[in-house]
Amino acid sequence: MTLAREKAVFSWAGYDDEAPPPVVEARDLARDYPFGAERVHALRGVTFAITEGEYIAIAGPSGCGKSTLLNLIGVIDHPTRGEVCIRGQNVGGMRDREATAFRLRNIGFVFQRFYLMPTLSARENVELPMAEAGIARVERAARARELLSYVGLEARERHRPAQLSGGEQQRVAIARALANRPAILLADEPTGELDAKTGAEIIGLFGRLNADGTTVIVVTHDEDLASSAHRKIHMRDGVIVPG
Amino acid sequence: MRFTLAWASLRRHGTRTLLAILGVAVAAAMLLDMVMMSTGMRESFRELLLSRGYQLRLAPKGTLPFDTDATMESASRITATLRTNPSIVTVSAVLGGTIHVPTGNRVVTSAALGVDPAVQGDYELLSGRDPVGSNSIAANDEFLAATGATTGDTLDVATGYDPQLRTYAGSMRLVLTGRVRFLYGAANQLATVMRLETLQKMGGADRTDDASLFMIRVRTDAEVEAARAWVELNIPDVSAISTATALAEVDKRLRYFRQLAVILGTVSLFVGFLLVTTLVTVSVNERIGEIAVMRALGVSKKHVVQQIVIEGVAISLAGAIGGLALGLVTAKYLNGILSSFPGLPSAIDFFLFQPKSAWTALGLLTISGIAAGVYPSFRAASLPIATTLREDAIA
Ligand SMILES: Nc1ncnc2c1ncn2[C@@H]1O[C@H](COP(=O)(O)OP(=O)(O)OP(=O)(O)O)[C@@H](O)[C@H]1O
Ligand SMILES: [Mg+2]
Repeated sequence: MTLAREKAVFSWAGYDDEAPPPVVEARDLARDYPFGAERVHALRGVTFAITEGEYIAIAGPSGCGKSTLLNLIGVIDHPTRGEVCIRGQNVGGMRDREATAFRLRNIGFVFQRFYLMPTLSARENVELPMAEAGIARVERAARARELLSYVGLEARERHRPAQLSGGEQQRVAIARALANRPAILLADEPTGELDAKTGAEIIGLFGRLNADGTTVIVVTHDEDLASSAHRKIHMRDGVIVPG
Repeated sequence: MRFTLAWASLRRHGTRTLLAILGVAVAAAMLLDMVMMSTGMRESFRELLLSRGYQLRLAPKGTLPFDTDATMESASRITATLRTNPSIVTVSAVLGGTIHVPTGNRVVTSAALGVDPAVQGDYELLSGRDPVGSNSIAANDEFLAATGATTGDTLDVATGYDPQLRTYAGSMRLVLTGRVRFLYGAANQLATVMRLETLQKMGGADRTDDASLFMIRVRTDAEVEAARAWVELNIPDVSAISTATALAEVDKRLRYFRQLAVILGTVSLFVGFLLVTTLVTVSVNERIGEIAVMRALGVSKKHVVQQIVIEGVAISLAGAIGGLALGLVTAKYLNGILSSFPGLPSAIDFFLFQPKSAWTALGLLTISGIAAGVYPSFRAASLPIATTLREDAIA
């Protein structure tokens, strides 16, 4: 690939000379899954860049490889081919220990099914990544309260997940994802389990925290959520297609 | 946070945790009892043998004290020879025999010891006086109960009963001076004690200078072995037995008990281990998704494993502490049963509590608790995160 062509591809993917350095950069990223004797090509080689402070929606039909891509950006899976760099670090080949430490400091995850620790209170859930990062008890309690009030749940800090509604649980999960001030916030169908009204609240929250400076990447079927993003990446059959 | 999570997850299934702790407690109690049993009997024997400070015992050549009815003749000569050794500070000669005491229309048969009350190491006076006079006798509670006699009573005492002729070799009137407890007595055994000369005289002409046993106190423990060798050299017709030799003999006889203890102890440890492993495995399997989420959030494998190991150890420790109490109660009960084992001094404790046993049992259980947690947690923490989350979302 010539430099000019490569540049053309990157600039199409939102990467140009004047823009700040990308926070996420993928080159020819591919992921196969073994399936018996055959291989499922979930991701067939995608190249793109995401700049600091962007709000990206990844959209496309079911099974096109959105979650697979998000997992690779989130360093909880390994690419079969190609590379993915976050803040200039190639994360695709990291060994477990390094990858774990990297996720702790740089990645915030929000899941479709919230996945809060059922035995911990809202505040303890938010504190969990901070405790892992070795932040002192007093400091993390204070930051957890701050984050909970940011997502509008300051009054519920002592409640367990089972005592919260779905939307509230998702807001706690967002506060948890922000605990260690990650470089990027990744969300896979964050409104998938919520009704329209509650989903809209979450969409509003994503917009607000992006406005406050967080880079956000969401995978979604939700048209409202996708259209609230700055930029959409459309996928089909494991590749990026023009929108 | 690891402790918070471990505690929360134990509390989440409170009943299950409690049942597991109870199970471990039962296994721990058994383990403690078996550890107590395997070390207790020997230690208890040692304490008994050394309770009056006699480190050496002389018995007829080739026998153990009171193992047979054999006696050593010319006790006075042996005593005199022993006194010539400056290491030997006390010599206590003992003769064992059987006496018959007619009470009402029946005859009570009892063991009798002839001793020198001044240096004896066989009994402990409970009330009254030692049988110092040549017409005195003291007896244990079992004898007093069987004869109905009390201190101050005069008893007709006979020895050498001939069942064919229905006659006695010797007979005397003795005054009961005191109530005693015999250190080496078996449970429910009737026993009496009198002066050595008194029992010798009742035995007839051929027993006037007999002894069954000599108990010897040597100046220092360091001199025991030398004194033992000296005795065997200078008094050829006796066997000199040191505490160490006696214990070796005891060890040999108690080997079956110890083997049983080791086997049952191992089994109970294994049962406890399996119980904790089962519980931890079940609890890890239901939390596979949670563990994958924690890993995705950046919690290290090490910390996931630690959290789960803490749970295993907590169950083991709580069980062990409960088991300690349970074990002591059952040991006391079992000791009561085994103390009446025929032929063994009732003062022997089969289950002797030594803090070391408790620590051993506790330590073994803690190790098994750690072992129980490590494998399932490491396996769960090593699962591929993305795939596990996907599968968990479907389940
Ligand atoms: N562990 C796996 N083993 C085999 N095939 C897999 C595995 N994970 C994903 N796939 C396949 O890879 C393809 C992409 O899956 P992916 O989950 O990324 O899709 P998606 O775009 O997120 O779909 P959806 O919108 O339904 O969530 C699918 O065809 C899926 O069946
Ligand atoms: Mg998906």
